[in-house]
Amino acid sequence: MEKPINWQPLVKGIFLSLFLLFTVFPLYWIFITSLKPSNEMFTIPIHYWPKKITFDNYINIFKISNFGVYIFNSLIVSIIAGFFSLIIATLSGYVLARFEFKGKLQVMFAFFITQMIPLFIGLAPLYLLMSNLQLINRLPSLMIMYTVMMVPFCTVIMKGFFERIPSSLEEAAMMDGCSRISALFKVIIPVMLPGIAATFIFAFVQCWNELFLAIMFIDKEESKTIPVAMNSFITKFDIDWGSMSAATVISVIPTLLLFAFAQRYIVEGMTQGSVKG
Amino acid sequence: MKTQTEPIVERSMPTFRIAKHGLFIFLCLLPALLLVTVFIYYPLLKGVIMAFQNYSLFDLTNIDFIGLGNFQTIFADAGFKQSLINSFYWVFCSLIPQLMIGFIVALLLRRKFRGRGIYQAFIFFPWAMSGFLIGLIWRWMLNGQGGVINDLLMKLKIIHSAIPFLADPTWAMVSVVVANVWYGITFFSIMILAALQSIPDELYEAAKIDGANYMQQLFKITIPYILPTLLVTTLLRVIWILNFPDLIYSLTNGGPAGSTHILSTYMIDKLINGQNYGQAAAVGVIMMIILLFFSVFYLLATKFNKAGDF
Repeated sequence: MEKPINWQPLVKGIFLSLFLLFTVFPLYWIFITSLKPSNEMFTIPIHYWPKKITFDNYINIFKISNFGVYIFNSLIVSIIAGFFSLIIATLSGYVLARFEFKGKLQVMFAFFITQMIPLFIGLAPLYLLMSNLQLINRLPSLMIMYTVMMVPFCTVIMKGFFERIPSSLEEAAMMDGCSRISALFKVIIPVMLPGIAATFIFAFVQCWNELFLAIMFIDKEESKTIPVAMNSFITKFDIDWGSMSAATVISVIPTLLLFAFAQRYIVEGMTQGSVKG
Repeated sequence: MKTQTEPIVERSMPTFRIAKHGLFIFLCLLPALLLVTVFIYYPLLKGVIMAFQNYSLFDLTNIDFIGLGNFQTIFADAGFKQSLINSFYWVFCSLIPQLMIGFIVALLLRRKFRGRGIYQAFIFFPWAMSGFLIGLIWRWMLNGQGGVINDLLMKLKIIHSAIPFLADPTWAMVSVVVANVWYGITFFSIMILAALQSIPDELYEAAKIDGANYMQQLFKITIPYILPTLLVTTLLRVIWILNFPDLIYSLTNGGPAGSTHILSTYMIDKLINGQNYGQAAAVGVIMMIILLFFSVFYLLATKFNKAGDF
């Protein structure tokens, strides 16, 4: 395409390498930190590779806190919220993709707006609502809120997936005597499975990472999710960086793996025009 | 599953009649709409009302409408003014480098080369992380005198003595912006790359035959072609960055002395520490107004009317 000039690949290579370094270094650094013994944490000159690799920080985090409980809580909340938002979004996405009806534009707009306005404006009323429902300090509060949070985005993604599947597919099934809903679940969904898996992963990661709702609703040891727990590790004056780095690595590994797996589909979903970082 | 580069072949969108399917449509949309109404729109509406009330968690027996009282209190607060100014700085200074670098990276990744897939997977990393964790990681890297960033800058002879990144208000603001740039480049490069890959190669072939050089191709073909994507992406990103408190929350928590608060962290600070919900809600209303103005202005300025369209 461009004129072949010799220095071009070189400049390109240098730029891309520097950018890669810039992107990866913070992750490298937190990982290396988590492997350092406490006496190497603040040495000057700084050790870019630990003299002695240790897993003490990882062991320690499970000793000084209920980290296993936090992981379990985060898992259960994210899986349940991801699952329900997917089911609900499948239904609404399907209808929005396949039917023209009065008020469709308004429905889409109502979903769209939720992605635009800062939801924490409603944080205080939400707190009161949750305490009326007796859900403060209990995980269902987060399961509900995360489901709600993810439904609009997942709806749009699912709508996009449905639009690319010819409706003749479910019509054929309906000719054979399937009801619309069973055609949807028996014929269409299986075709979309990779996309659905990616949408689930995206929702899961968002829930896994969520902080402020969790801080607002949860203040009890047995109900803390990982972000809430890590937030409570930050004290006013000091952070124990050994434990903190280990906690960071533990909490980021699942999301990195899942994202690496689902990357292509997430990009696809994102680039269909619905955007949430 | 088709990739974005392939044209979407014939969207089949049969228009069924409502009368026949009304109930089905209604039932399918009901759960989504119900949840969104109860748990998003109701609290938002209530939040807007609260902005005009004297609403403090410590004294729930004494809630009255106080008109614009909360707004007056906030406007009189120096911390609010600071965070308003910071918000613009935060959005602008984060957005421009994100967009520029993201664009360059996308251009460089447009053509296939060995290892491009792996490269993309690696630069995708920041995106899988929460703003909270990113803030923490940068806080550690910028930490005190012995932070790794100071060490690197001194090794590269860019600075002679350590910079108190998080203790100095100006540097603290620079720090949160740099961390945010780090976070956001990926987003732009991925969105722009997808748009670039939708440009038909024939356009470039034709331009080459006409003797257009790289820059001419860039400005005559590439940029005009992806302009709609650029505009929508930027609009949404501005809104998103403005609403994005997580990173600042864990990196500086607004400090030192409130110098790095943006509107959203200022509001959350009021919620979590101040418990003055009325004032927090008033900040939220102001944010909504800013967003509204921005969106209208942006749409008019760009005459691009498809942003509201998914």
